[in-house]
Formats: sequence, structure tokens, C-alpha cells
Amino acid sequence: MSSGRAPFLIWVALAPALTVIGLLVGVSLVYGVAQSLGAVPGGGEGRLSLDAYRSLLVGPTPAAREFWPALGFSLWVSGASTALSALGALLVAAALTARQRQPTGATLLVLNLNLAFPHLVWAVALSLLLAQSGLLARIAFALGLIDAPAQFPVLVRDRYGFGIIMHYVSKEIPFLVLIVLAILRTQGGQYDLVAENLGASPWQRLRYVTLPLVLPGLAAGAALVFAFVLGAYEVPALLGVRYPRMLAVLALEFFVNPDLNRRAEGMAISLLISVLTVMVVGLGRVRWSA
Amino acid sequence: MRGANLLVTFRAALLRRATRAVPGALCIALLVGPIVALVVYACSTRWFFPQLLPAEWTLTPLLRQLGSPQTRVALRASLLTAGVTTALALVLGLPAARVLGLWRFRGRTLVLLILFLPTVVPPLAIGMGLNILALRLGLAGSLLGVVLVHLVPVLPYTIFALLGVFARYDEGYELQARTLGAGPLRVWFRVAWPLLGPGLTVAALFAFLVSWSQYLLTLLIGGGRVITLPMLLFAAVAGGNPTSIAGLALLFAAPPVLAIALAARALAAGSAEVGQQY
Repeated sequence: MSSGRAPFLIWVALAPALTVIGLLVGVSLVYGVAQSLGAVPGGGEGRLSLDAYRSLLVGPTPAAREFWPALGFSLWVSGASTALSALGALLVAAALTARQRQPTGATLLVLNLNLAFPHLVWAVALSLLLAQSGLLARIAFALGLIDAPAQFPVLVRDRYGFGIIMHYVSKEIPFLVLIVLAILRTQGGQYDLVAENLGASPWQRLRYVTLPLVLPGLAAGAALVFAFVLGAYEVPALLGVRYPRMLAVLALEFFVNPDLNRRAEGMAISLLISVLTVMVVGLGRVRWSA
Repeated sequence: MRGANLLVTFRAALLRRATRAVPGALCIALLVGPIVALVVYACSTRWFFPQLLPAEWTLTPLLRQLGSPQTRVALRASLLTAGVTTALALVLGLPAARVLGLWRFRGRTLVLLILFLPTVVPPLAIGMGLNILALRLGLAGSLLGVVLVHLVPVLPYTIFALLGVFARYDEGYELQARTLGAGPLRVWFRVAWPLLGPGLTVAALFAFLVSWSQYLLTLLIGGGRVITLPMLLFAAVAGGNPTSIAGLALLFAAPPVLAIALAARALAAGSAEVGQQY
């Protein structure tokens, strides 16, 4: 029945959504690429050139001096956030489903509630908790561990990106846990029980039963997390320092610069980020679903 | 002798339990700690460093925040933007999701890929690319411009949420009702809505939340003239006191948190994939 439908009707139903998305994304990419090549929309159309990319990628220009550390910092923060969230999610999901105990509604509610907090709010909350005069520092003082705010370790707005990483780990663990739980629910927890009856230890069950079962889904989810962190602006802007900065922060700062060369460089950075994120997500889907 | 042995065993068990509890405790601290800090700060006044808890618990700053004209204007802009975006996303997304969810046809994978792409390309690149065009078309700084650009992340999520709903839907019911003589309106209200209603509600909720949480796209297209709650919050972080920052953050987080809590039953029923990023 479904294959007998008039193809015409199918495309009529799809047209509005496809047009809006295709037009907005397509136009934004075309304008973005044009600007990164030095075309000044509205003004006199200058010659197109790869100057912006050249000055970003091959130094020694001021832009390159900022680009490479920012790229390194972005990869460090995204990589660490992704690895820790995936590991955390695996452990939490395994603990939640251990001994045939179905995760209760309350647990699922807590996980979903964490997802409901906008990133901006979560970053604010995290800095109120972890700042040098924050709630944790007050607790440390009450326990006699520190005498002054300055003695509390710098956990947010630190130069290693710990604050940003902690933000994403605490936000993305619930996201990945829900993915893993969905897989475990649909693909039967019976394997775990069989393995336990055959004498497998909890660690062996995690390594040889749960992990192979959830790996494709978890990898695709982790790739999404990596791409999301790599392209995000708000959280690194709130929880980061002036140096080193993440690529997205650098891109926007260049983009709002009155100097038109800088604008082109900012646009080029954001396109490079996009290429990276699309590649990573593509790999996450292909590599494990093969 | 035996007593000493027992003691050793007991101590070992205690130690094992403690080491096992540490990761769990750390997890809970990281998931719950920020929320506690947020609430305590929002309900405090003049709470200086070494004090463990505020000397005085009060809702006054929170209420003052809620009553300020600035907050009200931003709240209105946020509700309006997210509301209009949600309505548009449903109108555009419903027919597409129905076709994609119910039928297999040539080109379906390509369509899904095109719709999936904007969820992977960072909003930064989309917003920066559309910035100049919006200026040229006179859409920069207007609510319409902001709504249009919000559709880029919102519409794909809406369609993917609805896709799951339609995948579990059987068109046969509609066909039967039509055969028995019901008109299209009657089929929609008596057959389709009772079956699709809960799923549609959850999809609308997510569309609203994705739009509600946007900061960067509003900034790049709104050009500082469309001031939504996240814009206000971002500005407050740069130079405000912790109490008012926490109050504003709480106000901004309240609708999504309430909505998710209310929709918890539908969520637990198994649409975990919808969560995603926003």
C-alpha cells in the first residue's frame, strides 16, 4: 500500500520543511564561504582569495598564533568531555541495571530534569557551586580545609578548561545514559543474567556483555557530544579564560571585529569547525554500524 | 582470635563499600550540587564568604527580579519567540514527519540526511552566515528574523520527535473511519488526535525548549534588539551580584524543568532519543 502512493503527494508534504531548512542552511553556507574568501557582501565585490585561511593556518601571523592554541584547547576540552561522559554514562547505566533492577521512574526523572536545564543556567549554577567563594569553598572552610577563598583550587575560569569539562560531563552523562538505557531495554537484559549464572564477575559482564551491546549507540552519541562541545559558544565563554580560548569563542570575537580581514578569519574558523563536526559525527555513525 | 578476624573482614567490607560509593557520590554531587547552589543563592541576601548558609532566607530578590520591567519585557520576548517558532515548526513539520514516518520511498534517506545536517553544524556557523543576509533583508533585529533562524535547530528536532510518533501509528484506522463515512475533520478529531495527541504534545514541548534555550542565534540575528531571557542572563553574569544572577537563572530554567516534570510519564514511555542538545 505504502509504495503505491503518488510520489507527487510525498514531495508536496515534504516541500515546506525541506525548503525552509534547505534555504536557510544553504544560504548561510554560501554567504559564509563567500565571506571567508574575502567577498564583502553589500560593498564592492573584491577579489576572492584564500588569504583568511592562509593567515590562520600558516604563521607567523597574529591569527595563526591564536588559531593553533585554540584548536588544541578545543580538541582537549571536547575530547576529555566526551571520553569522561561516555565512561561515566556506561558505569551509571551498568549500575542502574545491575541485578535485574529496572531503573525506577524517579531515576529517569532526575536524568531528564538535568537535560531540561538550559546550558546557560547549568554553567551559572556550576560556577556558583565551584567558584573560589562558592558553595563548595564555604563547605571547605566550615570543615577547616581552607582559611581564605584564594586557597580553594581554581575550578571554573581556569586555564586548563576543567570548569568547561565538568560542565559538559555533568550535562552529557544523563544524555548518554538515556541512550544506553534505551538500548539495554530494547535488546534484552537477559544476556546479563545468563552471564551472571555462568559465573561472570560484574567487571566481566560490563566488559564482555554490556559494552559490545551498547557500543554502536554509545559511539554515535559520543560523536554527537564531541561535535556539540566543539561548536558550542556559551559555556566556554562563561566558564573559560581569555587565554587559551576555544575555537568558537575566537571565531565570534574575530567576526564582530570592525576589521574586515578579521571578519573573514572568524568566518573561516566557524566553517573549519563545521567541517570537523560533520566529519566526526559521520565517523561515529559509520565506524560502528558497519 | 575469631573476633579479630571478624573485625578485619568487617573493616575490609566497609572499605570496599566506601570505595564503591565514592564514584556514585561524586556523580550525585555533580548532578545535584549545581541545582542546590542555584536555589540557595537565589533565596539568599547579603551572603558573604565564610558563612556556610545564608543568615536569612528570603524570596524578596527573586520577586523583585520577576517584577522588574526589564525581566518582563525579556520574558515576553522569550515566550513570543518560542511560541511562534513552535507553531511554525509544527505546521511545517507535521506533513513531513507523517510522510517520513509512514512511508518508504526513493530519496527518503537523502531527505533525512538534509534534515539531520543542521543538528550537526554548530549554530555559530549558521548564525554568522545568515547575519549579513538578515541585515540586507531588514530582518536583523526583528522578531520574525529571530523566529526564522530559530527554525534551523528547532524544525529538525520537531520532525525527528514526530517521526517516532508516526512510526508507531497505523494509517489503517483513518482508512476504516473514512470507509464508514466519517469526514476528514471527524477523522482527525475522533481517530488521529486521540492516537497522536500525546506524541504531538511532547514534540511541541521539545520544539519550545530548543527555541527557549537559544542564545547565540538570537544574538547574531536579533542584533541586541530582540532581548530574550538568555540575553539578559548572559549580560547579568558579566556584572551582577550572585543573588540576582541566580534568580534570573532560576526564572529561565523554571519553564523547561516544570514542562519536563509534567511530561515525565510520556518520556518514561520510551522516547529517550528525543532529549538531545539544546
